[in-house]
Amino acid sequence: MEGLSAEVVVFFFLAGVAVVGACGVAFATHIVYSALSLMLSFLGVAGLYVMLDADFVAGVQLLVYVGGVVVLTLFAVMLTQGIRDVKVSNRSAGRGFGLLTVVAVFALLWRSFQAAQWHRPVEYLAAESSTAAVGNALLGRYVLPFEVASLVLLAVLVGAVVLTRKETAESE
Amino acid sequence: MLEFLNGLAAANPEVPGVLLRVAGMLAFGALVVFVFILPVAGITSWVERRVWARIQSRIGPNRVGPGGFLQWLADGLKNLLKEDVIPQAVDEPLFRIAPYLVVAGFVAAFVAIPFGGSLIIADLNIGILYITAITSLVVVGILMAGWSSNNKWSMLGGIRSATQIISYEIPLGLTIFPVVLVSGTLSTQGITAAQGWAPHTWHMFHNPFLLVSFLLFFVCALAEGNRTPFDLPEAESELVAGFATEYSGMRSLLFFLAEWGNLYVIGALVATLFMGGWQVPRFTDDPTLLAVAQFFTIFLKAYFWVFVAMWVRATLPRIRIDQLMALCWKYLVPMALLNTLGTAFFMVLFPEGSLVVRIALVAVVLAIIFVFARRVRFHLARARGLGYGAV
Repeated sequence: MEGLSAEVVVFFFLAGVAVVGACGVAFATHIVYSALSLMLSFLGVAGLYVMLDADFVAGVQLLVYVGGVVVLTLFAVMLTQGIRDVKVSNRSAGRGFGLLTVVAVFALLWRSFQAAQWHRPVEYLAAESSTAAVGNALLGRYVLPFEVASLVLLAVLVGAVVLTRKETAESE
Repeated sequence: MLEFLNGLAAANPEVPGVLLRVAGMLAFGALVVFVFILPVAGITSWVERRVWARIQSRIGPNRVGPGGFLQWLADGLKNLLKEDVIPQAVDEPLFRIAPYLVVAGFVAAFVAIPFGGSLIIADLNIGILYITAITSLVVVGILMAGWSSNNKWSMLGGIRSATQIISYEIPLGLTIFPVVLVSGTLSTQGITAAQGWAPHTWHMFHNPFLLVSFLLFFVCALAEGNRTPFDLPEAESELVAGFATEYSGMRSLLFFLAEWGNLYVIGALVATLFMGGWQVPRFTDDPTLLAVAQFFTIFLKAYFWVFVAMWVRATLPRIRIDQLMALCWKYLVPMALLNTLGTAFFMVLFPEGSLVVRIALVAVVLAIIFVFARRVRFHLARARGLGYGAV
């Protein structure tokens, strides 16, 4: 498939959505707008996952990032009083450190670009569900990292409970 | 649907197959939105007001058309012609977008909801996961509406809604797990195909845990749909109209459209996951007739649960926010987890399922319905006349 095929158009549309969303997160002056741009970016990335035939990952992306992260961010913003009046005035602070981060990330991305195998033959696997493969991999080859990850999550949960409990005990 | 599209692609080899397929899906999606979702959501509003009125010994809307049937069209027209008021202090872009996000979230769920053996917009491999994921857009829309309105009632409504939906999403997902375990797929068509038309082959009667899961699912779905007894986000007596307070005209109606349409989504999900979906006995070889029968089967099953939701709304009081949270985290989540474990154990014990258990469960449910019906008859016989109808 040479030239402007349907896939290319869809890809650039989705990538554009993701990039515009990411820019919105960085440049929006209001934190609510930042959070909503983040959602746009996540939606674009979910679309890219669908294009890669990773339908399960796309669904989880929607469920966890849009349904969880963005909603919780908005939730926290709304519960915080007076956040509407916060004006970000120091937008140029930390330039040196920012530049360093950008260079480091760019170098990493460039290395990944170099290492990736492009021009793979296109195989259509859309009829195959990726769910079974993901499940088998998680409970087979990657069972240890999977369990460790769940342990980390449990620790985070317990930590969150401990932190919030302490706060209420002090205030009383 | 897919066969038809493949045939179309074969007939027109010069057009890329992907494009044809996408165009076909979009056309079918638009058809579903205009011919099915909008009228069903509208008519549900009329049915709800009539059912509600009947239960509360009132009359309800009965002036426009036969029995007031055209009330929904009149209301829609009225709201379309109303001024679109945008208050000065609102955050205008977000205020304008919010209703669309809510509607988009609920309409997008219809992509994976089956209407029949071949009637589905797209039979996604991750169908049920997709539906639970895409409905997060509704939460974002509601939060957006609540925040951008710049009004305390709206804000409180939005926060309550977010708390409620993100909490109840967890037991909702966990009650779907056992169904996925039993049918071995996430696709809505696959889940339906794993059941038969006869009640004892439905997933809800597969084992005792699934029967409990089915009840939990309905409760959680009501909470996710912001329905009474979980309609705290728009509790009229406390929050004016909650997140919809500042909205007027069509924008306000869009929120209600999403709520009524969402009722059908709940019903269709209950029918698909637990009650055999569109499965009908193979009484004819005519595919058209079979498709019509399948459509009406799932429609009636879904609408039965829509009716139950209306019934619940008319009879139960609203619960408090702390009760809401306690119910979710202390009761529903542990019960849903136990159900998942129990179903897994049951499947280890009976890998093929057990006909005895299935029939026993059907008998138990029939017995409960029988006792309930007798009690209702007993109370109706002793009820005083209310001067309305024959009750």
